[in-house]
Amino acid sequence: MTASIDIRDAFKTFGHGPQAIHALEHANLTIRPNEFVTFVGASGCGKSTLLRMIGGLESLSRGSIAVNGQPIAGPGVDRAMVFQHYSLYPWLTVTQNIKFCRQLKAHTRDRTSADVEKAAGRADALIRLMGLSHVADAYPSQLSGGMQQRVAIARALMSRPPILLMDEPFGALDAQTREVMHDLIRHVHRMEGSTIVFVTHDVEEAIYLGQRIVLMAPRPGRIDTLYDVPLPAERHQDMKLAPEFLALKREILERIRETSGMKTDLEQLARLNADVGADAALTTD
Amino acid sequence: MSASKRAGGGGSPLWQIRSAIDPRQYWLLALFGLVAPLVAWLVASHLDGTDKVFLPGPADVLARIWSWATDDDLAADVAISTWRVVAGWALSAAIALPLGLFIGSYRAVQALLEPLTDFVRYMPAVAFIPLVMLWVGIEEGSKVAIIFIGTFFQMVLMVAEDVRRVPLAQIEAAQTMGATRSEILEKVIVPSAKPALLDTLRVTMGWAWTYLVVAELVASNSGLGYAVLKAQRFLQTDKIFAGILLIGLIGLLIDQGFRLVHRKAFPYLAGRHR
Ligand SMILES: Nc1ncnc2c1ncn2[C@@H]1O[C@H](COP(=O)(O)OP(=O)(O)OP(=O)(O)O)[C@@H](O)[C@H]1O
Ligand SMILES: [Mg+2]
Repeated sequence: MTASIDIRDAFKTFGHGPQAIHALEHANLTIRPNEFVTFVGASGCGKSTLLRMIGGLESLSRGSIAVNGQPIAGPGVDRAMVFQHYSLYPWLTVTQNIKFCRQLKAHTRDRTSADVEKAAGRADALIRLMGLSHVADAYPSQLSGGMQQRVAIARALMSRPPILLMDEPFGALDAQTREVMHDLIRHVHRMEGSTIVFVTHDVEEAIYLGQRIVLMAPRPGRIDTLYDVPLPAERHQDMKLAPEFLALKREILERIRETSGMKTDLEQLARLNADVGADAALTTD
Repeated sequence: MSASKRAGGGGSPLWQIRSAIDPRQYWLLALFGLVAPLVAWLVASHLDGTDKVFLPGPADVLARIWSWATDDDLAADVAISTWRVVAGWALSAAIALPLGLFIGSYRAVQALLEPLTDFVRYMPAVAFIPLVMLWVGIEEGSKVAIIFIGTFFQMVLMVAEDVRRVPLAQIEAAQTMGATRSEILEKVIVPSAKPALLDTLRVTMGWAWTYLVVAELVASNSGLGYAVLKAQRFLQTDKIFAGILLIGLIGLLIDQGFRLVHRKAFPYLAGRHR
């Protein structure tokens, strides 16, 4: 299952008057069915806000977001979300967490025994796909961070959502675990056919995962540049060293630096060196 | 020379911040913490010139508890006091749990009720005695009412806080899975807050006991608090000690009961239960 997303002139303002924060202005974007789009940008540029607006967790101040042509109003079962952390239910086992949606009316309205069986089969398949078989009856607190995120992804996939929204889901994981998760989530994208919108601050991750990259810029939050990723659909870790990969990475990093409004690395480094020099002068006096 | 000293550690593992210690050591220390004051008391009461009325010794107090149990129906006093405390506390829990759930879940309910509750909770429960006597009378209900007043307002605020502590991501995850508002309350907020709620119930039970003496100020002729008050009138210091110690002991037992339930009911918190 898959779906398209249409963002039309979306605005988001937090607060009123002079203290108002313009988290997002004039956002326009069309995400195609089964596309894997990644959002990058300096901190505070509104990535999470836009993702949460698509998820229906945040209202729009102006504009509209439509899924398959239908304007959205609040969260819905067609858009599953994976959060950075703290979203698993600690009182439920891994299996129970993954099957959580089966307790909700939205997923069990007209269920036949065949549906129930299919759901059980799906849960088992997801547990195997995510490599969670040996911890199926463990509680989340007994799992490592990477394992916990696998559970969160499996739980989000349980209801076969056409759209999967992910906000820095691997932000707290170490580099090795991340690489494994990257290949896993790309596998999920191929198998499930869902549309995936993935927020990250890691440019390499954004390029490796995405078919298209949306670069956002802060103050006011806005969509700055779109990049097509010049890599084949099938990806492997070696590609991270390919010239076109590195060129795109450099281009995006540069643009983030330009738009972030912060001093460039070189300037900062110069200042730091000056400070160190001053310190040294003090101590030798 | 040893390579490095662990930051924030150093010396005995007992002084490692938050680190677990051997259960045997734990119980030894606990026992020492309980026995040491007892010994200090024993010594102080045997010093020359210590008046028994001023400071009765442990033996006097034990003897008093014994005679209370055999001649004065201690069991009945314990039973009636326990009943009053538990009734007042249970009544306040019955209202505070649902109310706190709504205050913690809906900002509108919070705006409506929290400032009021905050205001009332600073009013001293003792000062309500005349009003309670006027409105509830001087029967059993009045003692339960005082305990209720003493615990309810704190309890509501604590329950609301427990509910607000449920991580937003847990709630939002349920929303994106299509959960309705009542499903979120029932299947996310309540189970997520349960361990904290049980802790709140345990702590407020302790407070309810501290209001016992106040409650039994109201036209009582039974109960541990009443016995302490009466002993005060006759300067029976040993009985005051006995009453206070018994209240403490019952409180300790109930507290341990709560902790046991906590361990059994929330196995997924294994790391937190020592
Ligand atoms: N609930 C809120 N109330 C007020 N301001 C908010 C709220 N949520 C976000 N903001 C503000 O909106 C702006 C965009 O925030 P957002 O979290 O979307 O940024 P981000 O791109 O996800 O940043 P990061 O990379 O640090 O996660 C920030 O200035 C932030 O302070
Ligand atoms: Mg963010």
